[in-house]
Order: sequence, then structure tokens, then C-alpha cells
Amino acid sequence: MKHLYTWAAILCVVAASTSGDVLISHAMKRVGDVAHVFRDHGLSAVVRRMLTNGPLWLGVFFMALAFFSLMFALSWADVSLVAPAAASLTFLTNAIAAKFFLHEKVDRRRWMAALFVACGVVLIAG
Amino acid sequence: MSLRKLATLAGVIVFGSLGDVCLKRGMAAFPDITLANWTILFHAIFNPRVALGIGLLIAFFVCYLSSLSFADLTYVLPATSIGYIGMAFLARFFLHEQISPMRWVGILLIALGVGFVARGPSVTVEHSHAKLPISNTSRGEV
Repeated sequence: MKHLYTWAAILCVVAASTSGDVLISHAMKRVGDVAHVFRDHGLSAVVRRMLTNGPLWLGVFFMALAFFSLMFALSWADVSLVAPAAASLTFLTNAIAAKFFLHEKVDRRRWMAALFVACGVVLIAG
Repeated sequence: MSLRKLATLAGVIVFGSLGDVCLKRGMAAFPDITLANWTILFHAIFNPRVALGIGLLIAFFVCYLSSLSFADLTYVLPATSIGYIGMAFLARFFLHEQISPMRWVGILLIALGVGFVARGPSVTVEHSHAKLPISNTSRGEV
């Protein structure tokens, strides 16, 4: 039963983290390169564009959810399983979500990068 | 890639890794957190290590937002995973932890992953962007 709870917690962290990353990436592309916005329109424009950005707030909410679910899970589940499994799976789910929702050009090179890093994270934390 | 962009990515790596370590060390001082005693989380915020960890993670978040404003998510995430390698070496040299053969393989795989994305473009160039001047002209004429 504890295994089931542990994997449910891992899935929660991965789902929340992926949603957060995708929403934030989408939001920041809408804001534009912050250094350029800052140079051309000033700090107030950067702050205004970010504060009025709905997806950014939603993304921050999901990131907070992922953070607290991870902290919650780490306090009772097996740390050596939860942390690497969540971190590793997030690299893969992010690559899939970025392709379909952000329409990023995830070519073979990027798939390989996501896969290698995901495997590496499991080994390095093990 | 410009120096400014590289520095932003370095910020993601350094602040993220150090923030995680501080938070992990700080939370070790507290008992297991369950739904019954979740309010401990509020006490944990005032622990100096947890507070420093949160501060560093805020700095990480600023760099992360900034890097996502100029690069793809599928570029930023693998590229900044080099932090895992840095952490392993820091543990080796400062905490004198041994790096097992399994960890060396992990380090190699992450390094290869970083190498894969670093050699490619950092941002997806949409066709509509590439054709913007032409479409603008035609739209202007219509």
C-alpha cells in the first residue's frame, strides 16, 4: 500500500511540475526576452507584462503545488526513490508536453538529451 | 550564445543547486510532515537554513523565468541539468563522498545530454517569424 502512495505522490509531483514548466515557458515567450523588454521599455514594462500574465500565475501555482507535494512526499516516502524518480520523469514529460503544447521543435538531438539526462539523474541519485 | 544568456543559465544552475542543498539540510531538523501536523511547514520557514534555501530558490526562479524568455523549455532543462554533475563533484571534494561507478555513468549520461542540446539551437524559430517581413508587407498592401 505504501508503494501505491509513493508512486501516486511521484505522479502528482511530475504532473504539477510539468504543467507549471509548460505554462511558465508559454507565459515568458509572451512576455518576450526580458533583457530586450527592459532595454527598450524599462523595468516597469517587464513588471507589468509579467503581473498581467494569467498563464504565469497559473504556472507559479502549479510549481508551488509541485514543490509542496515533493516536500510532503519526501518527509514520509523513500527519498532515494521519490526525488530521482520525480526529477527524472519530469525531463521526459516536459519534452513531450513542450512538443505538443508549446510546439517546440523537439528534434532527435533534444529527445536524446532528455532521455540521457533522465537516465543520468536516476543513476547519479541512486 | 551571448555572455548574458550564459550567465542567466549559470544562475539557474548555481542558485538551484545551492538552494536545494540548503533546503534539504534545513528540513532534516524537522520531524516527518503528515496531513496531521502540516503546520510544521510554517515553523520550518523560520529555520535559517530553510530561509536561506528559499532565498536562493527565489534567485533561481528569477534566472529560470529570464532564461525561458529567450530559450526553449527543452533546451533550458537539459542544459541546466549540469548542476547535478556539479553537486556530485562538490560532495566528492568537500564532503569527501565517494563517487560510485554507477554515479560516474550517471555523470557521463548527463554530460552527453547537455552536449546534445548545447550543440543545437536554443530556441525554436517559427516559420511565421522567419517570413514576418514578407507577410507584413503583403498585409500592409492589402
